Amino acid sequence: MEKIRVALIGNPNVGKSQVFNNLTGGRAHVGNWPGKTVEKKEGVCVHKSVEMQIIDLPGTYSLTARSIDELVARDFIVEEKPDVVIDVVDASNLERNLYLTFQLLELEANVIIALNKQDVAKSLGYEIDAKELSKLLGVPVIPTIATEKIGMEELKDAVIEAAKVKEKRREHIISYGKPYDEIILKIASILQKDKELSNKYPAKWLAIKILESDEEVLKLVSKSPVYEEVKLQLSEAKKILEEDVETVLAEKRYSIISEVILPKVFKGTRQLTLTDLLDNALLSKHLGIPIFLALWWALFRFTFDVSAPFQDLTDMLFSKLGEIANTYISDPQLASFVADGIFGGLGTVLTFLFPIFFLFLGLALLEDSGYLARAAFVMDRIMYKLGLHGRSFIPMLIGFGCNVPAVMATRTIDREEDRILTILVNPLMSCSARLPIYLLIASAVLGPYAAAGVYSMYILGIALAILMALLFRRTIPYFKGKPSPLILELPLYAVPTMKSTLVHMWERGSLFLKKAGTIIFLGVVVIWFLSSYPWEAVHQGDTVVLENSYIAMLGRFLEPIFRPLGFNWMATVALFFGFIAKEVVVGTFATFFGLEKSSEDLPTALRSSGTFTPLTGLAFMAFSLIYIPCVATIGVIYRETGSWKWTIFTVVYELTLAYVVALIIVTFGRLIGFT
Amino acid sequence: MMATIPLAMLQENCEAVIVEVRGGMGLTRRLAEIGFTNGTRVKVLHSAPPGPMLVMVRGSRIALGRGIAMKIMVNPVEGV
Repeated sequence: MEKIRVALIGNPNVGKSQVFNNLTGGRAHVGNWPGKTVEKKEGVCVHKSVEMQIIDLPGTYSLTARSIDELVARDFIVEEKPDVVIDVVDASNLERNLYLTFQLLELEANVIIALNKQDVAKSLGYEIDAKELSKLLGVPVIPTIATEKIGMEELKDAVIEAAKVKEKRREHIISYGKPYDEIILKIASILQKDKELSNKYPAKWLAIKILESDEEVLKLVSKSPVYEEVKLQLSEAKKILEEDVETVLAEKRYSIISEVILPKVFKGTRQLTLTDLLDNALLSKHLGIPIFLALWWALFRFTFDVSAPFQDLTDMLFSKLGEIANTYISDPQLASFVADGIFGGLGTVLTFLFPIFFLFLGLALLEDSGYLARAAFVMDRIMYKLGLHGRSFIPMLIGFGCNVPAVMATRTIDREEDRILTILVNPLMSCSARLPIYLLIASAVLGPYAAAGVYSMYILGIALAILMALLFRRTIPYFKGKPSPLILELPLYAVPTMKSTLVHMWERGSLFLKKAGTIIFLGVVVIWFLSSYPWEAVHQGDTVVLENSYIAMLGRFLEPIFRPLGFNWMATVALFFGFIAKEVVVGTFATFFGLEKSSEDLPTALRSSGTFTPLTGLAFMAFSLIYIPCVATIGVIYRETGSWKWTIFTVVYELTLAYVVALIIVTFGRLIGFT
Repeated sequence: MMATIPLAMLQENCEAVIVEVRGGMGLTRRLAEIGFTNGTRVKVLHSAPPGPMLVMVRGSRIALGRGIAMKIMVNPVEGV
């Protein structure tokens, strides 16, 4: 079978991923671009016995060397030379979208335009002459409505046709006028003398990029034998050209689009749309924030209420499986490994899964409908004051659910410094896994102040996140300066389609399943081992003597460190277990107090054990809130920052902060007379 | 002809023509790419100082932080 490679490119919010899903049936291989933290999505489409390998390039407005996304997209087209490049263009936003198209034409890529969102354009009263557009640009233009799979067969046909045309037929219409065209041609003709270079890259494109002072291209050309000649020509040119050529050329491109192309292909005037009406309410000064908070609260409730029964069910299923394993496996060590290690571990992983998937579902709905960008708009001012980016707000909120998807959600923040800062403080948002700890300790020792104690933890988390963000911004040179200002396109509102929302959810959720799942699972097995061995000492007859296990030894070894905080070895070990997943802290206490054999409930047992006083209990709650993110979060921090330095930094600062805060609580509490 | 003012000063529902973007090279270019070039007509859809503003430019809705909107100099279009 003939094989061709097809790249998919387009601005954000043009329906590119729907085109991708339609072509590939939603089956994508997701990975990273080599050496980059940018996601790479690939899929296969077979049409008329041609196998098309579809590569989804990052959504981008432009093809400069300034952001990783743009560079990844550009490098792929320049270096890998895909047979065809499908440029998904939003028909309801033709002017801005054609800017990227122009850059692709400059690159001399084999472009096909999928003129998408025909339905939206029509509803706005726009008429676009696709045939005329195709004639003007010299590339095929296929009208599509990706949400309804309209135009997909025609698109595939066009791809196969275009792939057959091997020679470059692009003498494109872009003219930058005097004196630019002349200078570009001059430099291009010099570059053409370097055969190695000009066979690989379009000479005219190189010339344009040299004029624009594109760093990557300058690096490339500086190795060429004709570099001196180019430099000479360039300094000649600089005498007569404006200072910022890149901006001037951007202006020229736009003026060709709006003065030459649009008058011939576009009819229609902008009318008041549903988007304008909705924005009047959703972005309004007084209603914007309350509406946002209400929506987020609904999302939060939806996530946890809907997933709770599933979580219980998974829990039950795995403890049943554990019982079965215990009954049918005669070797006690193997039985314990299967029941407690495998099923126990897997159970922990899978109970995590439901809130995460439902959260992603709700989030995909909000995002695909166009609302999420509005939330960033509404919260921008407050976040900016806190030294964070407007887009940091969404990840912070998701953090109340689970920090793993929250850290992943920072991907929408474009500047690396702002993004890493958001990641660093994210674990301070009290995730749902920490709530059981607060509930247990508070009801055990805080008496009438239990509820207040639980709430105070959430406030403490938010306060510390703000404090840390300000502190890091001021003290760490990497974060110095103000957060990059907000520049964000707000797409038209749209009704999300079932399929694309589910695909969206699955893409994020499955990442968690694969990456974090393996880490948690491995961690739980390690914990099982440490708490079950030495086997003979721990398992005396029918009773389990945890005090003899390796984990208890570890607890006693670590105990002196925590003595100033008033934590005994059991509390210490519980915190150690909590590193796997914070729910496990509660599970550890349950194991210690032999819940099955005791008639008391857990809070009562904990109270009568005298492990905590009200003061050390509160300190323990604060410590649980702040210390070390769970293994899954650490894993995802490493994955998203791509740096051990920041991962270790997060662990260290949080451990230190937890200790300091707990110590302050205990010391201050004792000063004012508590014990 | 009204005087040149920063875009940030423009009232809601008012239109103006961009005359200059006074930013660093990086910002000027980024704005140019998404359509904020000299001579372009813009319309303020939402503005709630000191928060960000929402601007219609070349058919798309772009949210701009107020700091950026202060750097885009415009000539207001009268009678709109």
